[in-house]
Amino acid sequence: MPPIIDCVAVTKRYANGQLALDSVDLSIERGEIFALLGPNGAGKTTLIGAICGTVSMTSGTVSVAGTDVVRDFRAARARIGLVPQEIALDIFASVRTTVAFSRGLFGRPADPAYIERLLRDLSLWEKRDARIVELSGGMKRRVMIAKALAHEPDVLFLDEPTAGVDVNLRRDMWALVRRLRSEGATVILTTHYIDEAEEMADRVGVIDKGRVLLVEDKAALMRKLGKRRLTLVLHDPLSALPESLAGWPIALDEGGRRLVYAFDASADDTGVPTLLRRLAEAGVAFADLETTASSLEDIFVDLVGAGS
Amino acid sequence: MRFNPGGVLAIYRYELSRTVRTIWQSVATPVITTALYFVVFGGAIGSRIPEVGGVSYGAFIVPGLIMLSLLTQSISNASIGIYFPKFSGTIFEILSAPLSPIEAVTAYVAAAATKSVVIGLIILLTSTLFVEVRIDHPVWMVAFLVLTSVAFSLFGFIIGVWAKNFEQLAIIPSLVVTPLTFLGGSFYSIDMLPPFWRTVSLFNPVVYLVSGFRWSFFGQGDVGVATSLGFTFAFIVACLAALTWIFQTGWRLKP
Repeated sequence: MPPIIDCVAVTKRYANGQLALDSVDLSIERGEIFALLGPNGAGKTTLIGAICGTVSMTSGTVSVAGTDVVRDFRAARARIGLVPQEIALDIFASVRTTVAFSRGLFGRPADPAYIERLLRDLSLWEKRDARIVELSGGMKRRVMIAKALAHEPDVLFLDEPTAGVDVNLRRDMWALVRRLRSEGATVILTTHYIDEAEEMADRVGVIDKGRVLLVEDKAALMRKLGKRRLTLVLHDPLSALPESLAGWPIALDEGGRRLVYAFDASADDTGVPTLLRRLAEAGVAFADLETTASSLEDIFVDLVGAGS
Repeated sequence: MRFNPGGVLAIYRYELSRTVRTIWQSVATPVITTALYFVVFGGAIGSRIPEVGGVSYGAFIVPGLIMLSLLTQSISNASIGIYFPKFSGTIFEILSAPLSPIEAVTAYVAAAATKSVVIGLIILLTSTLFVEVRIDHPVWMVAFLVLTSVAFSLFGFIIGVWAKNFEQLAIIPSLVVTPLTFLGGSFYSIDMLPPFWRTVSLFNPVVYLVSGFRWSFFGQGDVGVATSLGFTFAFIVACLAALTWIFQTGWRLKP
């Protein structure tokens, strides 16, 4: 089975000469939650636009479930739902009208029962006959999602879905994303909140300056690039490290009460056993210890920093 | 899916529902404007003007008045129809739908033209309150009504795509279309003009539209009916060519 989304050498140069996408290759598997991470202006929205048809590509090809998005745009687009970053709604229309309109636009026959379920799922049913102009910002965003799902797509793009969104909506949105995935849909999201990508995504792609720097299974990425830290809470404060540990990547914190050792979790020899033995030999006793993995955020900052 | 008639219908209905939301504005404005024209031109001034080609002046201006509203309404309906989604950002939905450019244009233009035709008919009805109107060729009258609405809705659609702000949206109708309409024989026969201006008038496209339309009422026009029809079709073809180019290049619709 072909990947659900396949981008090959996708390039976009804007009229002002700016190269927004520089030969992007990206495959997205059916049924996964894929997070596209990158700083502002990295090309995330342009890439989504090229796939969905709101941006014309300069060169390259994109296919959705094997069908080309330019040559066979109808079949390709019928599968896709898009929630753009900016709220864009006809503010004078009612919630139900605008959602039903989105379904009609995709040539799907009217299905009031489906629309009702969708609006209930998004806590919009009470507001079904309200005009958009009367809704709060969070409610408008829910309407955007309802519109994107109105034609029952099997790929959902969420561009910065939780930027400026309250906790309730964030939680509802992630619950929705998980449910969509469990129903077999593919979800591609861009986000600034790296913890969200970390929590939600199966795979992560990092994009910067129009180039995909890496695409990796999230867990593998964390393992591969993840540094771990071992923190020892010492019995007695240390003013200096024992000589046997000179040159080790160790820092003393909180006036010598904590000893922090950074190590590579995937290395054959992490150095942890040696460290503990040498501390014992030097007579340094500790009360507690913990290890922490570095977050996706650390990895991300490292990658983007290295690229620039 | 080869075509998406459902999508076309969705836009068409949505656009018309937008009109229905502002039904009083949409209908009251042309009715009041027409009534004013009849009071001023038909009543106050027209009573001092002799018949034009055997038709009372009040009746003579009916086709021109309808054309005047038809052109301005078609352009404003269609241009706002597409400009508003561009302005509010909802255009993304049209661009990412499984809808071909031709289908999108068909939907927007059909909706704008429908509204214009309805308004044209309302003006015609209003005018019968003031003068006796005779229609020699009703089928042709409807044909001109529809063709003109379609032609200028297409033109309006292009303006809506082209406009980058509300000023630009208003500038073509007020600087180009209104003068051409007033100088296009809405209120007079170009035979009444001195020879030089008569020749100049033949370069005004609106002359052909008004003339053809007036022929369908009274069986006489400034130019032949075939010329009028030919011109209307030529205008439609030119607009379609421009739109094809716009959609192929994504000009002002997609970055």
